[in-house]
Amino acid sequence: MTTIHIEETPHLCAVLRLADTSLVLAHRLSEWCGHAPMLEEDLALANIALDLLGQARLLYQHAAELEGKGRTEDDFAYLRDAPQFRNYLIAELPRGDFAFTIVRQTLVSAFFHPFWQRAAGSRDATLAAIAAKAEKEVAYHLRHCGAWLVRLGDGTEESHRRTLAALDALWPYTGELFEVDAVGRAMIDAGVLPDPETIRPVFEATVDRLLREATLPKPPATWMHSGGLRGVHTEHLGHMLAVMQHLQRAYPGAVW
Amino acid sequence: MYTQALNEAVERPRVVEDPEKLAAFQARIDAEEKIEPNDWMPEAYRRTLIRQISQHAHSEVVGMLPEGNWLTRAPSLKRKAALLAKIQDEGGHGLYLYAAAETLGVSREELYEQLLAGKAKYSSIFNYPTLTWADIGCIGWLVDGAAIMNQIPLCRTSYGPYARAMIRICKEESFHQRQGYEIMLTLCRGTPEQKAMAQDALNRWWWPALMMFGPPDSESVHTEQSMRWKIKRFTNDELRQKFVDATVPQAHYLGLTIPDPELRYDEATGHWRYGKIDWEEFKRVIAGFGPCNRERLEAKRKAHEEGRWVREAALAYAAKQRARAMAQKIAAE
Ligand SMILES: [Fe+2]
Ligand SMILES: [Fe+2]
Repeated sequence: MTTIHIEETPHLCAVLRLADTSLVLAHRLSEWCGHAPMLEEDLALANIALDLLGQARLLYQHAAELEGKGRTEDDFAYLRDAPQFRNYLIAELPRGDFAFTIVRQTLVSAFFHPFWQRAAGSRDATLAAIAAKAEKEVAYHLRHCGAWLVRLGDGTEESHRRTLAALDALWPYTGELFEVDAVGRAMIDAGVLPDPETIRPVFEATVDRLLREATLPKPPATWMHSGGLRGVHTEHLGHMLAVMQHLQRAYPGAVW
Repeated sequence: MYTQALNEAVERPRVVEDPEKLAAFQARIDAEEKIEPNDWMPEAYRRTLIRQISQHAHSEVVGMLPEGNWLTRAPSLKRKAALLAKIQDEGGHGLYLYAAAETLGVSREELYEQLLAGKAKYSSIFNYPTLTWADIGCIGWLVDGAAIMNQIPLCRTSYGPYARAMIRICKEESFHQRQGYEIMLTLCRGTPEQKAMAQDALNRWWWPALMMFGPPDSESVHTEQSMRWKIKRFTNDELRQKFVDATVPQAHYLGLTIPDPELRYDEATGHWRYGKIDWEEFKRVIAGFGPCNRERLEAKRKAHEEGRWVREAALAYAAKQRARAMAQKIAAE
């Protein structure tokens, strides 16, 4: 099938941002499966990936309903090209070492846990139901990855150094989580999605507490990356999609 | 099976067992009693079990790799989730089995080091490459299918912790088998290209799947003793025949051809008779010279090496936490 074109209403775009973020992050986590530092983490990271994949599927199904053109979850995942993906950039960065994966998952979960908590009260009933489920899942992700962050930060010299490096690399990607553009504003005003400004204090408090326990310094305020929400991505996403979409692209229209 | 390499030269028993104890042990086995970790058992029984259970555990863990090869390319979100969940199950099987082996007085670390050092065996099947999506279907259908044939009798094996692990594992394996068959069915009902992909995968996986049951009974050194101890309940050839009988009609239903010109139905016995298995290939793959032996072990070694600092950090952190708790306790006194 050739690339599909979506006419994005603000509502549809907002749902795709969430769906794409979950899918892309799930994909990155799944790259660990069989290669983790210990068998328990092969399982734990797969678990988190499965939760995110489940969220992505529900969100794409919802997007299909909103669009009303009879598309499926797979059309959104497999038949859009990188510039049409709306995920936060932080989700698409390559998996890196275990510290990088843990720091990313902790930061993203520290944002999304309060996000989904608030979104559970959304005026969009489907989104509210997805949020209520996601909130419980992300609470576990935050516990699991937060505990690892502390262990790695306060573990050995090497683990401290690696975790700090990951934090430095990832911190400039956290600003995007709080961006509010016209789509975001419309969704906040319509009571569909929470205002990220209300999430900031919870996010900061979680991050501060974990970094303190992990004996890691809080990164200084810095320039922040931006672009994912409007389809301007890092170089990494295109490669990821080339792999992910390979079969759908090579055998157009086939059912798997 | 996952423990097909068991018929290596029998190690000479290091201990001379007390004949009275041996007789009492055999009587318990004959009475279908389960042997539990703290019960007396002959050294050779313990060693055979450690070897069998750890080979089985290693197979589960190495088996995550060929399927993991398609995780990032699964053709739909539903398939991606199912594959990830399946591979996660296999890792879980590895965990239960290492835990069962540990009840016999070896540590998981020790067993895993043997695997990484290339001293322990795992099923030959996982040294074959997964080249197309249909291979994922074939692995579920044939490899998990063969695993079930072998493992259902193991649910009644004489060693309690192993039998109990197998009961849990078997439920999941049969789910994997159905899922794999369903992938094959979808391909066979799909486009001509998809059907060809399915046939090609069957061509490559059929014979290696038959080899999973291990060498023919005539060459299997361990079978007799293992049968007497009820570690094993059917011979390799019996299990292989059961598998062929169950699988041939499934292939026909898919409209696929089994790549064996000598395959024929024997009216008299009701069995499907198959052609000669290339045991030279089997021996070669077991000895380390299959298409992917090197890659599989390299991938596991790499993960282990790259994860070393993580495991060290976890230990260091746990030690610090213990020291802090101790210091607090002292301060409070
Ligand atoms: Fe398994
Ligand atoms: Fe399985």
